[in-house]
Amino acid sequence: MQGEIVRTEPAVELIEGRHSYESITHKISSVVLSYRHPKAWYVVTAIAAFFVFVLITSVTWLLLRGVGIWGINQPVGWGFDIINFVWWIGIGHAGTLISAILLLLRQQWRTSINRFAEAMTIFAVMCAGMFPLLHVGRPWVVYWLLPIPNWTGAWPQFRSPLIWDVFAVTTYLTVSLLFWFTGLIPDLATLRDRAKNRLAQVIFGVLAMGWRNSAKHWHRFDSAYLLLAGLSTPLVVSVHSIVSLDFAVSLIPGWHTTIFPPYFVAGAIYSGFAMVLTLVIPIRALYKMQDFLTMKHLDWMAKIMLATGLIVFYGYIMEIFTALYSANQYEQYLITNRFFGPYAPFFWALLVCNGLIPQVLWSPKVRQNVLLLFLISLIVNVGMWLERFVIVVTSLHRDFLPSSWGMYVPTVWDWGVYLGTIGFFTFMMFLFVRFVPMISIFEMRDLLHQTDRHHPAPATGTAVTSAVSTEVTP
Amino acid sequence: MRDKQRQPLNLDEIRKRLEQAKGQHYWRGLEELADSEEFQQILEKEFPRQSSPLGAFLHRRQFLKLMGASLALAGLTSCRPLSMRKVVPQVQQPEEMIPGRPLYFASAFPIGGFARGILVESHEGRPTKIEGNARHPASPGAMGVISAQIPAPLNPDGTPKHLGATDAFTQASILTLYDPDRSQSPMYQGQLSAWTDFTTALAAEMGKQAAVRGAGLRILTENITSPTLAGLIQELLKKFPQAKWHQYEPVHADNALEGAKIAFGEPVNTIYRFDRADVILSLDADFLYSGPASVRYAHDYATRRRVRAGAADMNRLYVVESTPSVTGSVADHRLPLRPSQIQAFALALARALGVPVSAPQLPAEQHKWVNAIARDLQAHRARSVVVTGESLPPAIHALVHAINHALGNTGQTVVYTAPVEAQPVNHTESLRELVRDMAAGKVETLIILGGNPAYNAPADLAFASLLKDLTQRNGFTVHLSLYEDETSALCLWHIPESHYLEAWGDVRAFDGTVSIIQPLIEPLYPSRSAGEMIDTMLGRQRTSYDLVQAYWSKRLGTAGFQKAWRKMLHDGVVPNTALPPRSVTLRTEAVVSAAQKLKPTAQGMEVVFIPDPNVWDGRFANNGWLQELPKPLTHLTWDNAILVSPSTAQKMGLQMDTGGLANMVDVVELRYRGEKLQAPIWIMPGQPDDCLTLVLGYGRTRAGKVGTGIGYNAYKVRFSDALWTASGATLAKTGERYPLASTQQHHSMEGRELIHVGTLEEFRKDPAHLVRKPSPEEEHLSLYPEYRWEGSAWAMVIDTSLCIGCNACVTACQAENNIPIVGKEQVARGREMHWIRIDRYYEGRLDNPSTHLMPVPCMQCENAPCEPVCPVGATNHSEEGLNQMAYNRCVGTRYCSNNCPYKVRRFNFLKYNDPKEPVLQLLNNPDVTVRGRGVMEKCTYCVQRINAARIEAKKLGREVQDGEVVTACQAACPTHAIVFGNMNDKESVVSQWKRQPHHYGLLEELNTRPRTTYLAKVRNPNPDLEGA
Repeated sequence: MQGEIVRTEPAVELIEGRHSYESITHKISSVVLSYRHPKAWYVVTAIAAFFVFVLITSVTWLLLRGVGIWGINQPVGWGFDIINFVWWIGIGHAGTLISAILLLLRQQWRTSINRFAEAMTIFAVMCAGMFPLLHVGRPWVVYWLLPIPNWTGAWPQFRSPLIWDVFAVTTYLTVSLLFWFTGLIPDLATLRDRAKNRLAQVIFGVLAMGWRNSAKHWHRFDSAYLLLAGLSTPLVVSVHSIVSLDFAVSLIPGWHTTIFPPYFVAGAIYSGFAMVLTLVIPIRALYKMQDFLTMKHLDWMAKIMLATGLIVFYGYIMEIFTALYSANQYEQYLITNRFFGPYAPFFWALLVCNGLIPQVLWSPKVRQNVLLLFLISLIVNVGMWLERFVIVVTSLHRDFLPSSWGMYVPTVWDWGVYLGTIGFFTFMMFLFVRFVPMISIFEMRDLLHQTDRHHPAPATGTAVTSAVSTEVTP
Repeated sequence: MRDKQRQPLNLDEIRKRLEQAKGQHYWRGLEELADSEEFQQILEKEFPRQSSPLGAFLHRRQFLKLMGASLALAGLTSCRPLSMRKVVPQVQQPEEMIPGRPLYFASAFPIGGFARGILVESHEGRPTKIEGNARHPASPGAMGVISAQIPAPLNPDGTPKHLGATDAFTQASILTLYDPDRSQSPMYQGQLSAWTDFTTALAAEMGKQAAVRGAGLRILTENITSPTLAGLIQELLKKFPQAKWHQYEPVHADNALEGAKIAFGEPVNTIYRFDRADVILSLDADFLYSGPASVRYAHDYATRRRVRAGAADMNRLYVVESTPSVTGSVADHRLPLRPSQIQAFALALARALGVPVSAPQLPAEQHKWVNAIARDLQAHRARSVVVTGESLPPAIHALVHAINHALGNTGQTVVYTAPVEAQPVNHTESLRELVRDMAAGKVETLIILGGNPAYNAPADLAFASLLKDLTQRNGFTVHLSLYEDETSALCLWHIPESHYLEAWGDVRAFDGTVSIIQPLIEPLYPSRSAGEMIDTMLGRQRTSYDLVQAYWSKRLGTAGFQKAWRKMLHDGVVPNTALPPRSVTLRTEAVVSAAQKLKPTAQGMEVVFIPDPNVWDGRFANNGWLQELPKPLTHLTWDNAILVSPSTAQKMGLQMDTGGLANMVDVVELRYRGEKLQAPIWIMPGQPDDCLTLVLGYGRTRAGKVGTGIGYNAYKVRFSDALWTASGATLAKTGERYPLASTQQHHSMEGRELIHVGTLEEFRKDPAHLVRKPSPEEEHLSLYPEYRWEGSAWAMVIDTSLCIGCNACVTACQAENNIPIVGKEQVARGREMHWIRIDRYYEGRLDNPSTHLMPVPCMQCENAPCEPVCPVGATNHSEEGLNQMAYNRCVGTRYCSNNCPYKVRRFNFLKYNDPKEPVLQLLNNPDVTVRGRGVMEKCTYCVQRINAARIEAKKLGREVQDGEVVTACQAACPTHAIVFGNMNDKESVVSQWKRQPHHYGLLEELNTRPRTTYLAKVRNPNPDLEGA
């Protein structure tokens, strides 16, 4: 990658066009404050709303009848529920990575995508969280998974990875929300100040929590933001590691694998960046944000995808190698079954989607082609879903005793819940774009300040954050 | 509701009644006064479903209230649920009844006219579970048949010490008792009617028949062995000398009867002593699974297959058969042949053994078999058995008698007695005679007691249309049966029949031993037994109790009768009623000449009919347990199919998809003698080529909600001259596909060491060699200190050499543990709920594979993988080693099931245990929680039985003794392949089995440390045929 940077450093900057602080503020805040939205926004939101109703219907029927309306069975006790849970959680990971790790690593290019990615994280985790709640046989007692002191003295069983999941996911959601909201406060204040509408003024005013742009505020904001970034950083690694332990702790061939935690984390970032691209590319075009979400951003995200994709692919190869090297007939059968069994098409499709096609990202030309990037990001999203399908289903459907082997075929209700969550996610993302500044205004202004040719940024190593507090305030 | 049927109030009658009444008499209304019986009728007509206090809409709570009331008011009023008759429990008297503790009553389950001895578990007057009666010859326990001289040994908790074995039918028969589809009221021309209306009509009809000495009266029954019922029928025939009694069962030993007539000139009953046989040859006889003695035979056969270190001796079983059967699946050598080839085989064998018949030239392969088997049989003279099945013609039966005679087996391993049937007749001929009379218009009154001839009579006899004609011509046709079925619909009257657990009766076992059928509950609906029906025809109104007692007091004499009566009720057998062995004279010339008339050739496709292994001749079609029970070998549920061999299927381009959810199979059209039948196929490894097996018992049109409209009706192509085998059928593919639900989709062990198999020779040389034990470096160590199991450590060992795959354990478990049925669609999705399953693996050639069976309950692993993954701790370990489920703690993540390498956990994906009909709630075992939706469940080692035994042991201040806890599967197993007990007790049977060299644990290499373990399967092949 190092040589690459030198060779393919794009000619574009992180902010394109001629922008002043005012023009940045105007461009971003006007999306929220103006009443005219592209027609496409209404169309997409309406379609997404329809799928929200599909979700509500599917969940209502699920609660009325039980999980038997899905395709799960003996031996495949988990199906779309856990596949989609892992998929959504993975998608969320890019947000945390961008906002926390890249912040700590002082990557300036994160500025224009972090708000967006964090919102994506929150909605993805919401979608993910629905599945464990709904997939249990008796959802009305699902609170037993929480360590609530109670008169029976019955506690959750802390040895179970599902309990670790509960902690990991709830922590993740809480920290992500806090981080997102904290980062929003200066922008909410900007919106409050710019809003003409009384209602908007009141709402943004309440949400801005009395932000007055004082140096003291900035000082505290910076400390809090940095602390939250530090808190989020381990979560990037921990959440998906723990999700992977749901599988790795068991003894089922195909699950019982030590490689899972890093492999899942890489996969999560991979799918997360794919989802960011999937969303950013159309919205960037829709709201003409090409100046802020430049080709450089797309290029770098593509590179991260390529890197994490290679890690994931390495994981696939190691799984096969381990099975062959283990001389364990159950593991070996599992690999044979993945390659040639009834679900082989899924496995081959997975290899094509996640392993083969993303290799075209080696080419700078592809990375500069927005349409191709969009397509590849979609393919990677599908590929990562297939990966979870292959892990969950092919491992369970043929385990130790051939007498108990079976098949898993999802039902219309499986699809209803899955498409419903995609609808919910899209719906929430579009509401977010509509009502919240999708790009961090104050950070963009700071970025402008740092990249402005007339005011060269301080030498690397100086804290970006301290610069922000002293110099960016108008 | 049906006002037209209301009778006007008879005021004169009321006045008369009031005048006659003595003392003070209070009355509530004119109707009540008119006649309590008629008042009841009006009630019944107004509220037909509430006609009985236990009608279908009665809720469990209401039932319990009623029970409480009836206990409190016993003696004051007559209440239905509790019997007012004196029934004698195993030991405690009814007045000692302790709520919450069951009582056991001996009774008998009649099927095909023959008894299976049973003990019925009754909770507060409610029968819930059937066990075998170890005193009864047809249901031996682990210790064999307990002699009547031994006083009843009981466990301290009151459960019988010795439980007998049963089959799946017996276990499931209790569900029929509570079946909400049972008929609940007399029906007249399809309309609700009342018993009194019927008795009036019947009396008039009998009066009419009396005038002509019964010339137009015919009685059609099933096979009757009951002395009381036979006595009543004889009395009736005496009163109506011109009347005739016919018997018909679709599955009946007609050929055996005719064969005996050829061989001995008289009908005899043949009893095989498999416990004495070293070598057994079965010619198309599924003696381990079907027939009145199957449980006993399985027991006897298994006593000779218990291979233990130092006592390595076992019998050898050859099976030559036309359809893969339970018996064939456990044979040491199995030869699939078409029926015609089996005839030729039998002739060749007879000749080789010195019976002077000429035999056709056999192909070299079969010739080799004949020689090898003949040598083996000759080497075990008087210690061998040749047994033949109903599918073979009488001449072969006679020939086999001659073979057994030639081998000196007669009187040793083959015992003859007088027939057990009250009147041994050829059922097909008996029905043919009736049909002839019906066609000739000689029949005016036809009383059909039980059976369903309109559905299951041979197609050419056209019984159904003749019955319809008779009814339409104002014939007086009556059908007494449990269900308002196909026959009832064609009769003028349908009368509900009492279930055998509701009415008194008696019935004989395969060896003639009589059992009194002791009812456990008053009839749930206004029903009558067959005996009561005959008694009504005789113009009397005695109850079934009076009838049975009257017969036996007359037969045994009144002196000391009450004591003898109590003893026979208590024991479940009437002493000294087993038929004594008798000597027979073989008529060799007759046998030879009959055999020489055989033409063992067939053209075209040969067809074999078999009764369905689960619903039998169709009588259990509405029994959900049996419908959902995976049929032996095919593991098919909820359907029947035409079995075809793999090569035949290939030749005809027939396809069966396997490995998916449902098995999509081709539908074929079978043509035979102008009849057409559309049916799905099933490709059956081990089926002979060009031989189709048609399965009887399905295609019912009026079975009830469960059994109507599923499967195909093979009776449509079953003719009276080709009851069991036919040739010349043609088969055509229709192009349609049909889904079948099978519970096992994969049939190979995939090279995994799941069932270890070895030969007797290998076992003798090095018994431990049969099992690949983990080598020392594979021994699994733990970071944690070993847990010390103190006190009782429950464990189970299953001997795979003994399992015959008869499903008795599966059904027993279902009955004991309130396991719901889920229906075909759910089974196809892989959601069947059985806690124990019988895995069946094939090995070897597709056209004749070896079959290996393995019952798999929960392994109760000491290192249970299911436990640490449960997020709420709903499954955990007891200190006695049980892997237990706290149902009300389970949230239903299914992680435990995913992580179970044995896949023995079962999940309530939907609300399966939701009886729409509250009468079904009476069925549930009160000691076992009924699981709701979203909860995981699994085998508990029958923890309720362990707890009951432990409580009693604690009261006595001692440990639970070996044998005090018997699990439901263990008790039911006819071969006693399952033992259960405390493995910390080094003397317990389970410990002894665990010390066997060929003992192993399934998937032991995973370090799960299963408590349920296995003994390797030992075969005893003939070296001359090894590899054949």
